[in-house]
Amino acid sequence: MNSVFYLSAAVAIVSTVLMITRLNAVHALLYLILSLLSIAVIFFISGAPFAAGLELIIYAGAIMVLFIFVVMLLNLGDRATAQERSWLKPSMWVGPATLASILAVEVAYFLLHEPAQSLAPGEIAPKAVGVALFGPYVIGVELASMLLTAALVGAYHLGSRHVEKSEPRNLRQPANSEAHHVDFAKPGIASSDDFVRVGNDRPAGAP
Amino acid sequence: MILFALGTIGLLVRRDLIFILMSIEVMLNAAGLAFVAAGARWGQPDGQVMFIFILATAAAEVSIGLALVLRLHRQYKSLDVDAASEMRG
Amino acid sequence: MLKLLWLMPAIPFLSSLMLIIFGPRLAKRSVAVLGVSSIVLSALVSAVVTATFLSFPPPGNAFTQTLWTWMDVAGFRLHIGFYLDAISVLMTLVVTFVASLIHWYSAEFMSEDEGYSRFFAYMNLFVASMLTLLLADNLVLLYLGWEGVGLCSYLLIGFWYLVPANGAAGRKAFIVTRTGDTAMIVGLALLATQLGTLNIQELMLKASAQWPVGSPYALAAALLLLGGAVGKSAQLSLQTWLPDAMAGPTPVSALLHAATMVTAGVYLIARTHALFALAPLARHAVATVGIATLILAGFSAITQWDLKKVLAYSTISQIGYMFVALGVGAWSAAIFHFMTHAFFKALLFLGAGVVIDAMDDEHNIFKMGGLRKELPVAFWTFLIGGCSLAGLPLVTAGFYSKGLIIRAARASQDGSPALWLLAILGVLLTALYTFRMIFVVFFGRAKIPVGKRPGYRMTIPLVVLAALSVVGGFVNTPAALGDIHVFTDFLNRALPNWIERPAGSITEMGSEGLVTLAFLTGLGIAYLVYIRNPRYADALAEFSISKALHQFWFADWGMDWLYDRIFVRPILWFAHFDRADFIDSVYGGVARLSELTYFALRSTENGKVRWYAAGIAFGAVALVSMVLFL
Repeated sequence: MNSVFYLSAAVAIVSTVLMITRLNAVHALLYLILSLLSIAVIFFISGAPFAAGLELIIYAGAIMVLFIFVVMLLNLGDRATAQERSWLKPSMWVGPATLASILAVEVAYFLLHEPAQSLAPGEIAPKAVGVALFGPYVIGVELASMLLTAALVGAYHLGSRHVEKSEPRNLRQPANSEAHHVDFAKPGIASSDDFVRVGNDRPAGAP
Repeated sequence: MILFALGTIGLLVRRDLIFILMSIEVMLNAAGLAFVAAGARWGQPDGQVMFIFILATAAAEVSIGLALVLRLHRQYKSLDVDAASEMRG
Repeated sequence: MLKLLWLMPAIPFLSSLMLIIFGPRLAKRSVAVLGVSSIVLSALVSAVVTATFLSFPPPGNAFTQTLWTWMDVAGFRLHIGFYLDAISVLMTLVVTFVASLIHWYSAEFMSEDEGYSRFFAYMNLFVASMLTLLLADNLVLLYLGWEGVGLCSYLLIGFWYLVPANGAAGRKAFIVTRTGDTAMIVGLALLATQLGTLNIQELMLKASAQWPVGSPYALAAALLLLGGAVGKSAQLSLQTWLPDAMAGPTPVSALLHAATMVTAGVYLIARTHALFALAPLARHAVATVGIATLILAGFSAITQWDLKKVLAYSTISQIGYMFVALGVGAWSAAIFHFMTHAFFKALLFLGAGVVIDAMDDEHNIFKMGGLRKELPVAFWTFLIGGCSLAGLPLVTAGFYSKGLIIRAARASQDGSPALWLLAILGVLLTALYTFRMIFVVFFGRAKIPVGKRPGYRMTIPLVVLAALSVVGGFVNTPAALGDIHVFTDFLNRALPNWIERPAGSITEMGSEGLVTLAFLTGLGIAYLVYIRNPRYADALAEFSISKALHQFWFADWGMDWLYDRIFVRPILWFAHFDRADFIDSVYGGVARLSELTYFALRSTENGKVRWYAAGIAFGAVALVSMVLFL
């Protein structure tokens, strides 16, 4: 049992490391999915099958798919990869690595001073989890549902384009609209309703 | 814990917003792992319950985060987080 | 009745306090009423006190009123106490009376200034300090009043503080008189340590008892006190501040720098006459300073083109006369001249204020002219004042007071024929510059049209003072002209008379005759040059020597230039040289430190998300380590 645990843990760590060092967004996403899968295995080993299932379905299933959708939608292309390469110099890793490693060391130290426990004392059935959820934690369930509703509404509003619909459409005559934001007045991005193409032709001024 | 540290590193290093969001996911996941492991150690379902809540939160946060990514991209034509560092009004 | 004495300085002080606190909120009318009536009340108290003193003289001809004990340190006691004797009675009467007239005048004169309440607050504070000075029974309280008048002088000279030159003039006045004050405080310290007391009457008694005539202590103390008097009264070597003090409003010049403050030095020496009696050298110094100042200022006055500066130099010169009188031991003559001088000099200044106001703030007399017809009241009062200043024989107060001094210069044991002749030369100069001023301003062709005419509040004080300038002298006339000596008799209750030397070759009348001759000569020259034939003046000015002399006298005999070279420039050079020494670096270091901290902190607020996330991580690390290891 323990070897499986250590193996999955190693996979999780390695895939996370690989994930954060990738230049291509999609590659990184794939590695993230791998990491999530290994975490699910760890859950299963620890006797929490329900959590494992949830992780797989929701995390690796819905959330990661959402990520992949957005990345595909943005269509960043090779320029983004080149940009990432320029951003990711080795010198950038030093500071955060130091900080995070200190954190890790501290917690490890803290944990190691506890008497070690063996894994898998027993399974916790999904039924027990359900009873707990709708027993003492029912308020949490309600709050979580409200949170999800709020997220839904917010995401819809942020993602919609109805803000731009209030801009005047005749962008060829900038004299008509003094309140125009200068970005939208450029002919190159005139048809800003099609943001898919925006990612490809970058105007000179943008970074 | 190591995962959490890795997630933090990723958050701090990457400039691309998508990567930052992914790193946040990693961190949330790591926290969830801690909770489940604790629950398993004590043999109570509370750990998994916590994990479910974390999961829900992560889902909400991802949806909003991605919507913001879209907005940022529309505004600045790039996903560079430092491009949004101008604090005007 | 004499117990009301303390009200005399207290009322102006209180009103000054109220004006400082509430002044800006009060209406102009209320400010004027408060400011003027406080001085009028003080004058009333003074009149009552004087009447009581005259009709029921207190024992020993002196009245002391102690308010409270100021300090009692190691056997050295100082009270806040007022001492009333003949000198202080007379001087407070004159001061309060003239001050109330000037305050009433300035209620109209300053009515268009936005610092109205500030003006009256300062003026009232000045009167309160001056009265404290005059009534003080110990030298420390006197010094308090001394500094108070110096402060008010600074505040009032720089009254229109938005003009930088006025502030500079105020600072110059303060610093120069400060030099004198330092000498005075050293003198006070000397007296305190040697004689153990600073109460004036005790001091005089102890000094006469302990020190022999010609004692070095007495000489030192007297010379130091002379230093203080020279500073405050703008006598030689410290007179440079008074002409520049004319930057203040005209009522200020009238009150402070003509009638009252500048005579504080005279008062000091008169009060401590016992000390001077013990040091003949000091007396000679006083007389020498007086006569030198007299002549020098007289020469300077005949070259000035600014109306107020002529009057300023004239003040310096007339106080020189008072110093001469003090130097020869004619104490009461000095006070007599103080009284008449207060009347006519205040009158001249107030009249000058009317003229300057009418000429729309023009000070240059050569730009004025022909005001005889336009401002008749101003003309006649100014003429009377000028005649009194120059000493028109028989009918003006100045003639009698100046005559007394000139006689004393010759007749006193400490006097000498040289002193006497120089004093008569001073009369000539005085007449010359006075009538030059009058002829140029009031006669001739009108150059600037008259703008403002004075109202009743300005003309009535002029008339009153003119009347006093005429009759004020009749309290003391020479033997051949009526032989009245009410004044000197009164003062002799507190001051000794001068010691006569054996009769010389010239009689009293002869002396008066010579004085009259000098007067007429000066008048004649002024008439010739300024009325009859101005070409004489131009012809005279053609010579390069006269140009040089004119320049020299105009610049106050080069004193300003000298002080600038000797004192001002070296100090400024040193301050510039020393501007970055290590003490400065401490202060600079503090500023630099805060600057660096600012820069460091500023970079933490750069809007970059990852910075903030790093901050959170760092904070988390720190917290956890604190929990773990502490």
